[in-house]
Amino acid sequence: MIVQALGVRTVDDLSEFGTDPWWLSLIKAVLIFVFLLLLTLFNIWFERRVVARMQHRAGPNKNGPFGLLQSLADAMKLMLKEDIMVKAADRLLYVLAPVISVIMAFLAFAVIPFGPVVDVPFTDRQTPLQLTDLPVGVLFVIAVASVGIYGIVLGGWASGSTYSLLGGMRSTAQVISYEVAMSLALVAVFLYAGSLSTSEIVNAQQRLWYALILLPSFIIFWVSMVGETNRAPFDMPEAEGELVAGYFTEYSSMKFAMFFLAEYINMVTVSAVATTLFLGGWRAPWPLSLWDGANAGYWPVLWFLAKVMMFMFVFVWLRGTLPRVRYDQFMALGWKVLIPVALLWTVAVATIRAMTLDGGLDRRVLVGGALVAVLLFLLLSIVGERAPKEEPEAEEQPFDPFAGGYPVPPMPGQRLPRPEPAGVVPGGAQPDQEDDTARRSATEEGD
Amino acid sequence: MPTAAAASIFPRLTRMDGYYGSYVPVLAIIVVGAVLVTAMFLGNRLLRPSRPSPEKQLTYESGVDPVGTGWAQIHLRYYVFAYLYVVFAVDAVFLFPWATVYAGLGWVTVGEMGVFIGIIAVGLVYAWRKGVLAWT
Amino acid sequence: MAEERVVGVGAGAAGFGGYDRGGGEPGGLATQDMVLNIGPQHPATHGVLRLRITLDGERIVGCEPIVGYMHRGVEKLFEVRDYRQIIVLANRHDWLSAFSSELGVVMAVERMLGMEVPERAVWARTLLAEMNRALNHLMFLGSYPIELGAITPIFYAFRERETLQQVMEEISGGRMHYMFNRVGGLKEDLPAGWLDRASAAVAAVRRRVPQIEDLIFGNEIFLARTRGVGTISPELISAYGVSGPIARASGVDFDLRRDEPYLAYPELAEEGVLRVTTGEDGDCHSRFGMLLEQVSVSLDLADACIARLRSLPQGPINQRLPKILKAPEGATYCWTENPLGINGYYLVSRGEKTPWRLKLRSASFNNIAVLPEVLRGCVVADMIAILGSMFFVVGDIDK
Repeated sequence: MIVQALGVRTVDDLSEFGTDPWWLSLIKAVLIFVFLLLLTLFNIWFERRVVARMQHRAGPNKNGPFGLLQSLADAMKLMLKEDIMVKAADRLLYVLAPVISVIMAFLAFAVIPFGPVVDVPFTDRQTPLQLTDLPVGVLFVIAVASVGIYGIVLGGWASGSTYSLLGGMRSTAQVISYEVAMSLALVAVFLYAGSLSTSEIVNAQQRLWYALILLPSFIIFWVSMVGETNRAPFDMPEAEGELVAGYFTEYSSMKFAMFFLAEYINMVTVSAVATTLFLGGWRAPWPLSLWDGANAGYWPVLWFLAKVMMFMFVFVWLRGTLPRVRYDQFMALGWKVLIPVALLWTVAVATIRAMTLDGGLDRRVLVGGALVAVLLFLLLSIVGERAPKEEPEAEEQPFDPFAGGYPVPPMPGQRLPRPEPAGVVPGGAQPDQEDDTARRSATEEGD
Repeated sequence: MPTAAAASIFPRLTRMDGYYGSYVPVLAIIVVGAVLVTAMFLGNRLLRPSRPSPEKQLTYESGVDPVGTGWAQIHLRYYVFAYLYVVFAVDAVFLFPWATVYAGLGWVTVGEMGVFIGIIAVGLVYAWRKGVLAWT
Repeated sequence: MAEERVVGVGAGAAGFGGYDRGGGEPGGLATQDMVLNIGPQHPATHGVLRLRITLDGERIVGCEPIVGYMHRGVEKLFEVRDYRQIIVLANRHDWLSAFSSELGVVMAVERMLGMEVPERAVWARTLLAEMNRALNHLMFLGSYPIELGAITPIFYAFRERETLQQVMEEISGGRMHYMFNRVGGLKEDLPAGWLDRASAAVAAVRRRVPQIEDLIFGNEIFLARTRGVGTISPELISAYGVSGPIARASGVDFDLRRDEPYLAYPELAEEGVLRVTTGEDGDCHSRFGMLLEQVSVSLDLADACIARLRSLPQGPINQRLPKILKAPEGATYCWTENPLGINGYYLVSRGEKTPWRLKLRSASFNNIAVLPEVLRGCVVADMIAILGSMFFVVGDIDK
């Protein structure tokens, strides 16, 4: 089942997988872990250095060559820190949450193809550079990403702190909004590839990357992947100005490190998925692909990494550039822009694809379809919330100089009452008594 | 071709290196992950100090003593979003298999799926009109 | 029945309690008013300001700034310090506009003594006050984007601050609390060549400040978060005595530098260098824009002062003072246009070497007092944007 075209051996169908002996699978699994851990250490350093460059700073440059060991030092520091578990926390879930987060982050990488079929060194075996592939590969990635959110939600809930809880809640709302857009954006890819398996999608992009022919899908996916990973400008779950640190406010030591690790691995995961689905996966980009050997052997791992790092750079770039979106604006973007556009785009792609498969293009159908699409779009953009009901004007209130228990100035429209001299009593009543009553009533008013 | 793939996979359902065989490595990841996490926790336990005090174990609340717990009865503002999410997630799950086989079926399935998506789009428009998508 | 419950802060802290959304029937559940504490230890408050916010669902129905966590009793301390020592205290309440705060004290004492300040000192004071204003505004130009989640502009702002800080440090030895004013003039004469370096620093800052504007001011997310948010009407401004850039952003055309001139400002206003800019909208965006404009005006003023100082003949920069400095009996009120607003000192003297009473009117205290009115009716998500745009220094509130 291995095709020998242009010297490149690619996975021909899914039966290629599941034939590895157990030791090979285990080695691959361990390699994935090593790869991701190293990449995380690198990415943290990379982000700090790049953001520093954007801010006229040097960034970490002391530990190791170019400061590369800085993240390792930070990890070791976290390991040595006291682990504080707050009294109010739900102990089991509090411990479980980071574990879920981190394992699910690793899990998605099981189906990401790093390269074609290669020789295993020191043996005569051949194996694809991919742990496994499933007929529902991409669905698996999406499912795993959703389960990973449980880590954040449970962590927020189990901390017993309001900030954490709100951070976790925000994360849920964010993910349920953006995952839909993400999934819908992918339908177009499946329409073209005819498969959900990652390796077959990569094979289908032999001639043309889907990022070029399915540009709207690519853009929607890109936006929602930033939302999905809680990164700036969509990092409301950990908005430090409002929620202090969001869902991991109460976490410390290793558990905090795990959340941190999970966040960075998730960034790599979505970048890898985007690479696989839209940028031709491990296949060499155009000028390089002219060289026959570019897609053979272990070279493709390099192209794959380069594409992933390109996405990582954009993550960092966004963080260095943009302010945080407000919560309602963010949800509105997801539900009112991304999802309707993704739906329309899916219909459009299906129509165009059916036409090309049909052979002849019927002009009238095309025009009709375009018309329907435009109408639908107009419909979606015209509708909106009904105007909120006008709140009744607040009635003019008499001026209370001690509203709320402390002196306040008269508001616009209110008039300062003329001060009455205290203790001066007209008429012949006994001055002392009157004075007391006046004073008492003044105190009562003050309260 | 997916159909060919399916044909070659189905006869091997019974063998572990067949269809389910491709899921076994997923288990390998979970196992390695569990080992890693255990190692991290163990290393942490060996290395870290542990001197709990009542003040440390208070939850953080802007410097004032926390009142009550964080587990307040909360109105989930986005429960409508959650409903919508379920609708659209199921929608997507229906679309995925359709997208993979549709090449062989032609115009009829495009029409059918158009109707399906149309109904869901109308639902979204309805929710929009009702002001559910406004976040206030 | 409003039941109060205290929980932490959160812009997503929406709909706590049985609050039903969107005009729906409450379904029999009582609406709970919920109290949120922001601060005293919260990243959004730049110090120890505490806001007690009452919420009804997503809407803020009440806000009470609880001040005084940093109260140092400065007015009482003034009463037991002689006039030289008071300057040290006076530049500490607003640590971002130290020079301008010193200025009010020495001007009040000079006025009581009827003392004439040498012309060079007047121009040098004006120059330093304007540099101090630029320094202060640059700080907020950097910190406000941080509140909104943009992490880069602050480094640009600090680069400019550093440039100006260097010349300020060279002349006074201090980076925050300059302590360079003396009754009757300045502490020392300007170092040789300092004017050239100051001029170069001002030119460099003028060249680079537009970068901050490019970075954030036109950003769409920034616009969406600040336009029409936290609007303050001119009437509200007058009711609460809000002053400074916040008041001018709302269209209140009031600037002591022009309206009750002191130092060299009358002449600068005549020359047209001193421009008082006012905004229209009074929202967070125009407040931020006001700072940007004021920085450029300040740099122009600084340049004009440098040019004038170059052309002035040599002469003293301070007055000889008696060993024991006593202000004659009487009272005076001296107010100055500090970077954050009006800073006033009411000095009552009984002829002793310490003031009998020195009342401090600080800008931030009044500016923050308007918060309950601005925040009322806002959604919680806007709170951080509004709070940050009130440009306050906690020491200036708590004194």
